[in-house]
Amino acid sequence: MMNGPALSVYNLTMHYGTRQGEVSAVDGVSFDLARGQSLGIVGESGCGKTSIAFSLMRLLPDNARIKDGYILINGRDIVAMDYDELLKVRWRRIAMVFQAAMNALNPVHKVGQQIIEAMDLHLGVMTTEESRERVAGLFDLVGLDPALMDRYPHEFSGGMRQRAVIAMALCCNPEIIIADEPTTALDVIVQDRILKRIRTLQIELNMAMIYISHDIAVIAEVSDRIAVMYAGRMAELADAMDVFKHPLHPYTYALLSAFPSIKGERRALMTLPGEPPDLLNPPDGCRFHPRCPYASDRCRAEQPPFEDLGNDHFVACWHPLAGTPSPSRPRQAAQGVF
Amino acid sequence: MDTQRELIEVQGLKKHFPVGGGLLKRANSFIHAVDGVDFTIPRGSSLGLVGESGCGKTTTGKLLSRLYEPTEGHILVNDETLGAVDLAELKGRQLKTFRRRVQMIFQDPYESLNPRRTIYDTVVEPLAVQHVGDPMERETRVAELLELVGLTPATSFMFRFPHELSGGQRQRVAIARALVIDPAFIVADEPTSMLDVSIRIGVMELMQDLAARFEVSYLYITHDLAVARYMCQEIAVMYLGKIVEQAETEELLANPLHPYTQALISAVPIPDPAMSRESIEIKGGVAQPIDPPHRCRFYDRCPIADTICHDQDHPPLEDKGNGHRVACYKV
Amino acid sequence: MNATTGSLTQSHPALWRIRLRLAWKSLRSGWALYSENPVGLVGLALIAAFGLMALIHPILMATVWHPPIYDPLIGYDREIIVHPSPPTWVPNAAEEITSLSPLPPFRHILGTDPLGRDVLSQLMFSTRSEFALGIMAALVTVLIATTVGAVSAYFGGLVDAILMRIADVMFMLPFIAILIVLSSLFDFQMVHLALVYGLLAGFGGNTMVIKSQALTVKVKAYIEAARVAGGSDLHIIFTHLVPNLLPLSFLFMMVTVTNAIFSEAVLSFLGLLNIRMSWGIMIQITQAAGYLLISWKYWYLMFPAGIAISLLCSAFYLVGRAMDEVVNPRLRKR
Repeated sequence: MMNGPALSVYNLTMHYGTRQGEVSAVDGVSFDLARGQSLGIVGESGCGKTSIAFSLMRLLPDNARIKDGYILINGRDIVAMDYDELLKVRWRRIAMVFQAAMNALNPVHKVGQQIIEAMDLHLGVMTTEESRERVAGLFDLVGLDPALMDRYPHEFSGGMRQRAVIAMALCCNPEIIIADEPTTALDVIVQDRILKRIRTLQIELNMAMIYISHDIAVIAEVSDRIAVMYAGRMAELADAMDVFKHPLHPYTYALLSAFPSIKGERRALMTLPGEPPDLLNPPDGCRFHPRCPYASDRCRAEQPPFEDLGNDHFVACWHPLAGTPSPSRPRQAAQGVF
Repeated sequence: MDTQRELIEVQGLKKHFPVGGGLLKRANSFIHAVDGVDFTIPRGSSLGLVGESGCGKTTTGKLLSRLYEPTEGHILVNDETLGAVDLAELKGRQLKTFRRRVQMIFQDPYESLNPRRTIYDTVVEPLAVQHVGDPMERETRVAELLELVGLTPATSFMFRFPHELSGGQRQRVAIARALVIDPAFIVADEPTSMLDVSIRIGVMELMQDLAARFEVSYLYITHDLAVARYMCQEIAVMYLGKIVEQAETEELLANPLHPYTQALISAVPIPDPAMSRESIEIKGGVAQPIDPPHRCRFYDRCPIADTICHDQDHPPLEDKGNGHRVACYKV
Repeated sequence: MNATTGSLTQSHPALWRIRLRLAWKSLRSGWALYSENPVGLVGLALIAAFGLMALIHPILMATVWHPPIYDPLIGYDREIIVHPSPPTWVPNAAEEITSLSPLPPFRHILGTDPLGRDVLSQLMFSTRSEFALGIMAALVTVLIATTVGAVSAYFGGLVDAILMRIADVMFMLPFIAILIVLSSLFDFQMVHLALVYGLLAGFGGNTMVIKSQALTVKVKAYIEAARVAGGSDLHIIFTHLVPNLLPLSFLFMMVTVTNAIFSEAVLSFLGLLNIRMSWGIMIQITQAAGYLLISWKYWYLMFPAGIAISLLCSAFYLVGRAMDEVVNPRLRKR
C-alpha cells in the first residue's frame, strides 16, 4: 500500500444530463499521480478540469454520472464505493481546496467551527480542547493567526479566506490534495504568497497534489508534471519542462503561445481561431480538429489514442509536433501556422 | 499642454466617497478612492493603469467616463471636433454631447449587455440616445461595426440575444458599441480578464487593430502586468488612490524604481519552468484608503521605509529622466 | 470609415417585422417551458372555462333564456311557488308540489335564490365583473409597484425615502375601514374597488420586492454603458430597468388577481360593498335571508358561488406558479 502511485485514474468518463441532452464533460481520461508529486492540469473553461476534480472527490451533482473508468486511491477503486466507504476516503485520503473560498465557507458559522465540523465528520468527534488545538496548528501551518479561529468568514480578507479553506482541506492529513484554481480571484501579491505556501506545504507534508488552473504561468511554477485538457479529453501529459520546451500537441503549443509574459522579449502572440466545441455534440474523431491547422482526414474520423511517446510524455494526436521549438522562438517556426 | 499630441490631461483628480452618514447625518469619514492623480494620454496611444484591487484604477476609469463626478481636479480633453474642455466641469447637455467622445468597455461580458435586448439594440443605443443619423443610417452603421469586430455576417448577429453568444463574441459586441459613435477615447476596464485565454488574444488584437485604424486612445485598466505590457505604450502603477510610478512599458518592466512596483513585478508568475524568480516580500495587505494619514501611502508595507517617508506627506511624482516618473523619497 | 453598400439593409426585411418574429419566437419558447408544468395548464384551462362562461351569458340571455325569468338581477320565476327552489333536475320528494305546472329539468340548473332569480344566470353574469375586477386591480397594482419600485431604486436618496414612507403609510392603512368609509360616501362599484385595491396593494409589499429586484438590475454594467452612451435617467428607467422587472411584475399580477377577487367576495359577504351582483353578493343574499349553513337542502345556494371563487382564484394562482418557472430560470429543472 505504500508503494505504487497515490492516485491512479484510468479511462474516467463522466457525463451530465441537461435539458438539451447529455454533456460529455470528461471522456477517457487516464493518468497516474505518484506520492509527493504535483500534477498541474491546465485548460480553458469547459475543458473538464474541474469536472475531473469533482469526480475524484465523488462530489458530483445529481444529474452527473461517472459512466466508465476507475479511480484508484491507494489501490482501492472509489467509483464503486458507497457513501459510508467514501466517508473514510474523502478528506482523509483526498481533500479539495475549492475555487472561490466564498463558496466553501458558510457565512453564518465561525471559521474554526467549520473546520472542527469537517474533522468530526471524517475523523470522529474529539474533545473541544483537542479540536481547537488541531485547528490552531492548522492555522499556523497556513499562515493565519490562531486567534482568528473564532471569527466569521466576512471578517477575513480574500487571501485569508483562501488560507482558511486550505486549512480545512488539510485538517484530516490527506495524502492527496486537489487545488481548484485557488488563487484565481486574488490579487497578484496575495496570489504569490498563497502559491508559495501551497507549494511549500505540499513538499513539506509530502502530499500528492493536483493543481488546476487556466493560467499556464501559475502551473509552470507549481507543477512537477503538467496535463493539458481540451474539450473533456487529455491532450498531453508530461514533465513540466518537457511540456514547455517540447510540446507535442498543437493545442499545447497554441496555449503556450497565447500567454503574454513580462519577462523575455516582447513577442507577438498567436490567436487560435474558433471556439472550444459544444460538449453536447462534440466533433467526431479528435475534438481539436476544427481548430487545428494540421488536421487530416484521419483526425476528423478517428479519435487518437492517448499514448506514451517516450520519456513518460503522453499525447493524443495523430500528428504530434516532433521537434518543434518552444514558443520562446516562435517567429521562425510558426510563420503562417496559426 | 501640447495641443497637437496630447488628447487627455488629467490634473489632481480626486474622488472621495463618504463613509456612513445618510440623508440626515453628514459623513465625517471619507474613502479616498482616487486621491490626486495626474497623467496625460497622447492621441492614438494607450496608457495602462495597473494595480491591485482597491487601488482606485476602476474608479479612475469611471471618472474619466464621467460615471462618477470628480470631487476635485480637472480632466482636460483636447478634441478635434468639440474643442478643448474640462470634462470634470461639464453638466447637462454639454456633458451629453461630450459623451460622444469618451466611451467605455466593461469587464464582464455577461453583464454589460442587456439580456432582453438584441445585439442590434445594444450597439445602436449610443446612436439612438445621441440622435445621430436616421434609422436607415444607423442600421448601416451597426452592420459596419459588427463586421469590423469580426461578427460576420452582421445580419445573422444583429438580431440575436446575448445569451446566444459566447463570452468572446459578447465582448466584441461591447467593443462595437464603444466604437459605434466614433469616440476619441475609450476606457477599457479589464476587458479580457473574464475571457478564456485563447479568446483573449483575439480580442486584444482586435482592440489594438481598431486603435490604430481609428486613432482611438485607450485607458487600459488591468491587474495583469503581462497584458498591460502587450497592450500599452505606457504604464502607470496605482496604489491606494495615487500613482506611484509611471513610465514607458519596457522601461518600467526592466527598471522599476518604486518598491511597490518592484514587489508587484516580482510577484508575477512566469510561464516558463526554467526561469525562477525571487519575489520581494512586503508585509501586510491592501487596506481601504479611509482618511489616510499624511505620510507616504506605502509606508506601512514598504521594505525601505524611512523616517522621511513618515514625516512628510505622500511624495510627489517626479520625473527621474526620460519621462520615467516615481513618487518616492528614497529613489 | 468607408460605408458599406446599401445592399446590407436590403438583405433583410424591415426592422419591425424582425422584431415581431423575434417576439413570436420568444413567446413560443416561453410557452414550451410553461406547458411542461401540468399545474400551469390546469390553471389556464380553468381560466378559459370561466372566460367561456362570461362570454356565453349574453348569448344565452339573447336566445334561449327568457329575460323576465332569467335576468340575474330582476328575474323572477312565477311558475315556482316557493323561492329559493332547488335545481329543477332534482326529483321531487313524494307529494311535494313546488311549481304550478311541471317544469322541464333544464329550467333552473342550479335552482333559484331567495329572491327568485336563477342561480346559474347570476353565476355566469358575475364572472365578467370578477374578471374585470381582478385584471383591473392587477394592472393598477403592477403599474404602481413597477414604477415606484424602479424610480425608488434608481434615484435612491430623498426620492427613495419619500416613496418608501408613502408605501409604509399605505401598508398600514386598514383596508376594510377605508372601504367602509368610501362605500358610504358614494356609489361604490367594482371599478372603484379595483382602483382602491390596486392602489393599496401596489404600494404595499409588492413595491418592496420589485424595488429590490430593481436594485440588482441597477448595478449591472449595461446600465453604466447606457449612461456612458449619454442616456437620460428616463431612458434608462424605461428602456433597461422596467423591461427587466416586467416578468416579476407579471407574476405579481397573477397573485393580485387572486387576492382582489377574494377580497371582493369577503367584503360583499360582509355587506360592505354596494355592488349589485357578484359571487360574494350571492352568498351574502343567502346569508341575509337566513339560508346559509342551515341544511344540505340549500346546497345550491352555498356551493356554486363559493366553488367559483375558489376555482378562479386558484386558477390565477396556478398560472402564476407556472409562470414563475418561466420567469425565474433557476427554478427550472435541469
